Amino acid sequence: MSATVKDNDRLLLTVFVILVLAGPIVLAPIGASYPDLLQRFAIYGVFAIGFNILFGLTGYLSFGHAAFLGVGSYAAVWMFKLLNYNVIPALVLAVVVSAVFALVIGYVSLRRSGIYFSILTLAFAQMMYNLAYSVLTPITNGETGLQVYTDDPQWLQTAGSPTTTNLFGIRMNEVFWKPEFLGFEAQFNYGYYFAAVFLILAFYIALRIFRSPFGMMLRAVKSNQNRMGYTGLNPRPYTLAAFVISGMYAGLAGGLLACMDPLAGAERMQWTASGEVVLMTILGGAGTLLGPVLGAGFIKYLEAIFSKVNETVLQDWFSFMPDWMGDALSFVISPFVGEGWHLTLGALFMAIVIFLPGGLIDGARQLGRWIGGGFGGGDRKPAHSPVPAE
Amino acid sequence: MSYLTVKNVNKRFGGLKALNEVNLSVEKGTVHAIIGPNGAGKSTLLNCFVGRLMPDTGIVDFDGVSLLGLKPYEINQVGVSRVFQTPEIFGDLSLIENVMIPAFARRDGAFRMHGWEPVENERDLRLRAMDMLADVGLAPRANDVAGTLSRGDKRRLELAMCLVQQPKLLLLDEPTAGMARADTNATIDLLKGIAERGLTMVVIEHDMHVVFSLAQRISVLAQGTVIAEDSPENIKGNPKVQEAYLGGAHL
Repeated sequence: MSATVKDNDRLLLTVFVILVLAGPIVLAPIGASYPDLLQRFAIYGVFAIGFNILFGLTGYLSFGHAAFLGVGSYAAVWMFKLLNYNVIPALVLAVVVSAVFALVIGYVSLRRSGIYFSILTLAFAQMMYNLAYSVLTPITNGETGLQVYTDDPQWLQTAGSPTTTNLFGIRMNEVFWKPEFLGFEAQFNYGYYFAAVFLILAFYIALRIFRSPFGMMLRAVKSNQNRMGYTGLNPRPYTLAAFVISGMYAGLAGGLLACMDPLAGAERMQWTASGEVVLMTILGGAGTLLGPVLGAGFIKYLEAIFSKVNETVLQDWFSFMPDWMGDALSFVISPFVGEGWHLTLGALFMAIVIFLPGGLIDGARQLGRWIGGGFGGGDRKPAHSPVPAE
Repeated sequence: MSYLTVKNVNKRFGGLKALNEVNLSVEKGTVHAIIGPNGAGKSTLLNCFVGRLMPDTGIVDFDGVSLLGLKPYEINQVGVSRVFQTPEIFGDLSLIENVMIPAFARRDGAFRMHGWEPVENERDLRLRAMDMLADVGLAPRANDVAGTLSRGDKRRLELAMCLVQQPKLLLLDEPTAGMARADTNATIDLLKGIAERGLTMVVIEHDMHVVFSLAQRISVLAQGTVIAEDSPENIKGNPKVQEAYLGGAHL
């Protein structure tokens, strides 16, 4: 049995790496191959993978993880302001600072479990949001958001170095290859590949944790915390370690967001952002390895599609119909698109929770079993699921 | 020499005096049974040994260490394992994982971060856990999810989880409750085998067949008070016990 688990994991990892690296091509046919969206897929993938280490394994539902995302962004932008536009120090500080915050918030919140834990994390995140929005304006630049100004010190900025975020001269926003692919345009961008390296790393670390004794202990926490205590294990440090690790993932994601666009705003910490990562994880499949990445990609893709659609676009779609019919249809659909795309998300979320409690990954697995029948045997993770690279 | 010493333990729940000046002395290497009618305070007493409840007054010492005020995981690390009346297992995990977790706890203590090497690499622990599962007759189901077991099997799994830790003291709360007769006999044999290896046990049990096959010493609890502590033969003939326990009927 042990050999097959290892082999499956190796296959899973290989397929994951290939799909991520081929992201711009794989996603070109669905019109998702442009830098901004690709970067979002990778970054929110990191965020969701980290969240899943806490929620998927231990069952502790944090409703405040966006706080760490925001902290990571602020830390990164401060590094841009103080040093220069190099992304490495920014990411290092983002991860370190979010780890410190996660340690403090986790230490307090993990004294309670269940709904009380969720409320505590939510309260902390809202406190941090409000602090960032108003009280701590000198550090966060309040409502406007933190950004780099020309009069910032930038001690390490030399005359020749780029004035946008870069990795030792490689600009994050640069598109280095724009091939036509089956009639679709694919955009290869340095920022995406930089984030993709972290996505792969994040996935690999999560895989190691899932298969390790530590991961087993975290699942034991979820399964029966009482028994854990009577078995001689102290659940607290295990849950705290998981909390800090997932906080660091969130901080890394926040730092990466700032690396792609050197801005940080308080709204990144708002409860809606915390809720979003919960949705991503559950939608994709909590407790599975690929699920959260899939969920993150799914939500970010839908967001990109639906929020772009507006009244004019709808009119355009239905222009072939008689006027009254087109008007009626666009009247029905318009609340679900543009600003209102969350309505669509909500409906989809409900549908998935009701009909696919295991999330998208469960759906893919069932589909795989349905189509493939025997082939591949009883593989636990469908390595051939449609677009896990998102 | 007394291994587990309970002196003048009192526990009150509101107006109910659940334990009243309870004294108990368990010798090393013996099986000590606690019997008594429903509501006599047996489980309450056991809960005071494992950190689930804190007695209002009194002393609970094990092997020279006071167990009072210790957290459940600390008490387990001292060497006390417990089987519950309703089996407490990791229902979402496989049987082999259920047994490996306590083995980890014994080897590595209350917390140790093993976040990198896969569980499969722990061959020694795995083998030990497999042996333990074989001992309780669950080896063929090692990779099944524990929650799918029958109640009797869950209890045997829980027993394996305790035994793999090689505890100094094993507390059993009705280890055969809800089991079919054949299973009960198998469990008695299993426990007898363990007792012969010198493990100290405290057993709460309703089934007199089990009690008299296992115990070298019996304490009788009635309405929160120990009314007798003696050898099985003497307990059988003790009129006070018969009065309290069975309303005068013969054991």
